[in-house]
Amino acid sequence: MSEKTLVNEEQHFEDMIAEESICTTENLVYEKPDTLLDTPMHYCPGCGHGVAHRLIAEVISELGIQEETIGVAPVGCSVFAYNYLNIDMSEAAHGRASAVATAIKRVLPEKYVFSYQGDGDLAAIGTGETIHTCNRGENLLIIFINNGIYGMTGGQMAPTTLPGMKSTTSPFGRDVSTMGSPLKITELIAQLPGVYYCTRTAVNSPANVRRAKKAIQKGFEYQKLKKGLSFVEIVSNCPSNWKMTPLEANKWMEEQMFAFYPLGDLKVPNDKEK
Amino acid sequence: MAKVKGDIVIDIEKCKGCELCIAACPQDSLELSRKLNTKGYQYMVRIEDNCTGCTNCALVCPEGIIKVYRQTTKKKEPVATISNLTGDITVTVNS
Repeated sequence: MSEKTLVNEEQHFEDMIAEESICTTENLVYEKPDTLLDTPMHYCPGCGHGVAHRLIAEVISELGIQEETIGVAPVGCSVFAYNYLNIDMSEAAHGRASAVATAIKRVLPEKYVFSYQGDGDLAAIGTGETIHTCNRGENLLIIFINNGIYGMTGGQMAPTTLPGMKSTTSPFGRDVSTMGSPLKITELIAQLPGVYYCTRTAVNSPANVRRAKKAIQKGFEYQKLKKGLSFVEIVSNCPSNWKMTPLEANKWMEEQMFAFYPLGDLKVPNDKEK
Repeated sequence: MAKVKGDIVIDIEKCKGCELCIAACPQDSLELSRKLNTKGYQYMVRIEDNCTGCTNCALVCPEGIIKVYRQTTKKKEPVATISNLTGDITVTVNS
């Protein structure tokens, strides 16, 4: 089978040279945005962080706010986010990204400020900062990547780990009676009066990627209108620490994660936008 | 219906072979290569010539390394309309 495939590849390559190529600038329909740098990413194969970075870069490029945007990177797998996005970025102490973003926004109120945080950062060590930032209704965009595990440190149990899910610190599965139930922090935040827009999306399929991009775009637009805090949760995967291939991880996410963390808008603005 | 022809260009040196684009492709035209790139990953190759340029593979690619091209053969558009007393005559050019 393999030999045959190789022959077909070579034959196909010759055919492609023979016929006229359609790879011209006027036929280009999709490429990586300018805001995303050419640096190879350090993420594992199939990780959702890469798609989330690209969506942020696409929105910033399309809105033309590359010079006016300041991002705050968290501690976690996405700690090197500033290596990949061609915008001004700051690094925050573990869990304090939303507090640092608050300070930046108050000093430079005309800039677009967003924080990019994982579940160990936002929902565990930074719960206090996150809740109070949302309660104050700071004019920010918080992007929350939820993969239900501590990825960078080697797969320990996070507050968002599902019941029965195995991790290195819960080798027999998460026992709800001793370890508690998973923290639905997005539902918690949606109740706060300072939050203007709160939604949960995913990046597992082309349709969900398009929805996630729209949610991030809305977050930046509401920030321009000074409406208040926008909170976008992106349910993501962690193939390495879930001990699965990327395709299995996406399938498991659709079956298990989406059942516990249903996708959709949790809080939408009441007044109609013009 | 207008005929759509697509093509993709993959930066194989950055590909990590996660196979998400294979699952996303509605035409099943992608496959893992037999060779390895310099990082030691198998990379994606297009094996079928039925790409429609739908951009699904590029949307799910975590590395953002797929460029998508699409060429649509458009319908013949009128180049001129001559009006006279009885009605309009539409003129097209056959190329």
